[in-house]
Amino acid sequence: MIFLIATIALFVGMALILIRLYAGPTLYDRVLAGNAFGTYTVLFIGVLGFLMGRPDFLDIALLYALINFVGTIAVLKYFRYRAIGDTSPPPRGEPITRGQLKDRGAQL
Amino acid sequence: MSALQPFLEVLSWILILAGSGFLLIGAIGTLRFPDFWTRVHAVSVSDSGGMLLLIAGMVLHSGLTLVTAKLILIGGFIFITGPTATHAVANAALVSGLLPRKKEVPKLEDKPSKIANVIKKKDPKPRTKAKK
Repeated sequence: MIFLIATIALFVGMALILIRLYAGPTLYDRVLAGNAFGTYTVLFIGVLGFLMGRPDFLDIALLYALINFVGTIAVLKYFRYRAIGDTSPPPRGEPITRGQLKDRGAQL
Repeated sequence: MSALQPFLEVLSWILILAGSGFLLIGAIGTLRFPDFWTRVHAVSVSDSGGMLLLIAGMVLHSGLTLVTAKLILIGGFIFITGPTATHAVANAALVSGLLPRKKEVPKLEDKPSKIANVIKKKDPKPRTKAKK
């Protein structure tokens, strides 16, 4: 019974956060809402496992928690540098030119 | 231990209810707050607090088993990574030049209808720093 209440509360919260994810005026609103949605999903899966009498669902919840954090950081890094792989600075010596910066996707 | 069991059960109910309430309030705040910076507050604070309460309630409910270890693992991980992710989002927004919403403050000598208009008016576009 108590887990049913928690499940319903989490479900309603997830719906509200989805509305913000859709409506958010800036990119950062959406990333923030996506991160919060991941946290809610983790808790939802855990509570659902207790509700259905199968607490083994917690393994899935742990996996979601791990992926959620990495995903948020990856999205932020992508939108900052427009690349996920190599974003290291150029080698010392010659200064980087404006054209090279543009090739790397910098917003000048 | 058996004499303590009902108290633990009731305590776990209270914790789970409080955690659900926190999370629901946080979601409502995420939807209703006017600005990115206020939404950061709603999401981050309520998520950490509600998550900890909910997981503490589930720990008390499940007793001393492997499930408890998994729950503590999940709770500890989210407790560390949640604020880190929120900080990363806020830092990225700050670096990209997103500014807090500026509210027009009504003056005393204004007409009441104008004051009502100022209070009702919403700032629809997020402000950013001028591009160089």
